[in-house]
Amino acid sequence: MSEREKILGRIREALKVKAPRPGSHGDPLVQAAAEPPVSHARDWLPSVGASVEEQFAMFARNAADLKAEFQLFAGRDELRAALVSLCAAEKWRRIASHGGELTDFACQAIGLPVTLTDRGYDVQAMEKCDAGITECDALIAQTGGVVVNSRGAGGRALSVLPPHHVVIARREQLVADLPAAFARLQSKYAPDFPSMISFITGPSRTGDIERILVLGAHGPKKLTILCL
Amino acid sequence: MSSFVSQFKTLAGEKTRDLRHRQVIRTALRSYEVVRDKRKAAFQSWEFARQAAAETKWEAVNHLDTHLEALVAKLEARGTKVHWASTGAQACAIIAQILRDQKAHSIIKSKAMTSEEIHLNHALEQEGFTVVESDLGEFIVQLRHEPPYHIVFPSMHLTRGEIQDLFQKELGDAPSDSPEELTMVARRVMRQKYLTADVGFTGANFAIAETGMISITENEGNARLTAALPKTMITLLGIEKILPRFADLALFLPMLATAGAGQPMTCYNTMYSGPRQPGECDGPEAWHVVLLDNRRTELLADAEQRDALHCIRCGACLNVCPIFRNVGGHTYGTTYSGPVGSVITPHLRGLQDWKHLSNASSLCGACTEACPVKIDLHHHLLQNRRNASVSEPAFFERLAYKLFSIVANEPKFWSLAKKLGWLTQPLQKAVKGSALDPAKAWTKTRDLPPMPKESFKDWWRNRK
Repeated sequence: MSEREKILGRIREALKVKAPRPGSHGDPLVQAAAEPPVSHARDWLPSVGASVEEQFAMFARNAADLKAEFQLFAGRDELRAALVSLCAAEKWRRIASHGGELTDFACQAIGLPVTLTDRGYDVQAMEKCDAGITECDALIAQTGGVVVNSRGAGGRALSVLPPHHVVIARREQLVADLPAAFARLQSKYAPDFPSMISFITGPSRTGDIERILVLGAHGPKKLTILCL
Repeated sequence: MSSFVSQFKTLAGEKTRDLRHRQVIRTALRSYEVVRDKRKAAFQSWEFARQAAAETKWEAVNHLDTHLEALVAKLEARGTKVHWASTGAQACAIIAQILRDQKAHSIIKSKAMTSEEIHLNHALEQEGFTVVESDLGEFIVQLRHEPPYHIVFPSMHLTRGEIQDLFQKELGDAPSDSPEELTMVARRVMRQKYLTADVGFTGANFAIAETGMISITENEGNARLTAALPKTMITLLGIEKILPRFADLALFLPMLATAGAGQPMTCYNTMYSGPRQPGECDGPEAWHVVLLDNRRTELLADAEQRDALHCIRCGACLNVCPIFRNVGGHTYGTTYSGPVGSVITPHLRGLQDWKHLSNASSLCGACTEACPVKIDLHHHLLQNRRNASVSEPAFFERLAYKLFSIVANEPKFWSLAKKLGWLTQPLQKAVKGSALDPAKAWTKTRDLPPMPKESFKDWWRNRK
């Protein structure tokens, strides 16, 4: 008998004795609701405003709490100007990015040599880049975070290896809360999900030394979210 | 007395008297409580969220076989190699074999309590592999050759000065005691390791049956790098980490972050559904997922305490526990410390050897209240006490209760005992707290209340 069969056998044997459902106080007649327990999660998680303006305001507040930069632009000219000044202020010399409508625009605006990840890349070269520029799947008002994936955001390393992660997003990508973000991912990709989906909530951090917050533990020290 | 009990008692005595240690822990946990309460208050209903989380984990654990089969089928369909391990030794052997097949030399590891549970680092080092912990806290305790102090904050018992000295000694690089600079030292050291590691090793926080995904929660980005750069990735997954649906994460991720560290969301919550897929530019060529039982099925067989498998390892019960705060994490001598460790360790390592942990509790219930998935922790401690005394009653305890029942059932014996107690009281004072005192565990640091010369019964009888 394989280990798989042995383990599954032990599980089935163990589950012959029923455990009481939480909240049933041992009453076997208490039945689960037909819908999954988390289907009302939206009513319990932190509240989010109904209008898009309120949601952007909340996203901005949450991002600021997380020490991420967030800017909302009226048009592409403003975005271009912001990228140029960011590049000058941080003295970037080389950036990494991936092919995409927004990232192509950003790389062109910055005008520096680019390590593109789309057809494979040299890890050492990416490590020496000053910033990684990606698109994303969603911005989440409730958390102030973004969602990236390995197919649409230049692979697994681009959003964590360079010291500054810049996300270029569109307004329509804002979702109110976490349940909406998961629903969007599921409807967009299921069953063929990208091999990695990452919810990024602020720049990399650690509190492992005396519980004092330090940014840039392993991943980027800075996270900038620029939204058109 | 088993060696585990005497070790626990000795260390607990030392640590509770160590005021510096107590100060470090209290300061760290005080700030935790403040931010956690703020985050809990941001929920529209933390209580309803807890209830839903408990019901979701109940569903997962009580249909574990079907969920595991669904998970494995989905993982394998996308090219992930799944291994099953009944014991820790089997899991270590499977992982060592993967490393040998890959001709690997260096392994970079992100934080995984399951790997501590099976002593993976030790097993791999014996086989000649180099294992580097990448989580900062784990890296620090690895340099000190000690186990993690806390399941979420491995190095919370150390001060910045101690970490500076450690880095100076082990790495030859510690410009100051600033947490920022020390973190940057570790970042630099680790970057080189990442670029050269052959294999990346991770743990897992959740496994999603519906979509065949492993979800990893972390703040530093080290697990992200571990799953991105090396060409082989290995994930060790305790079989109880199952969640039924993808959408369940919408509740569990913020709850884990809030209960664990008082964050709205942990910095990186990443779902992996396979090795590098066609059309993707990076990621491991091969991904091995090792499913670990290691006596979890024994805990599963105990329907009364089955909900202990709902644990999401947030560490909230440790943080609020008055015992943990005083004796500290290392005193337990277990992989999982604090209340949840005291509940599950007797199941994972043997009841008789670890029953003393269930007595190291004031039964105040702070753990049960803190638990985001509503595990009935303090009642499980009581059940462990009961199970231990039923399975192997102590001779002296049985004798003592037998004698007490004889005395308490016979008025003549009872009044005699009262008189004897009053008469022998000065004798007790002479031996108080010494080896001769039968009640020394209590009287070493306390006085017995004096017995009155006249009992209530006598006073009642003679009152006129």
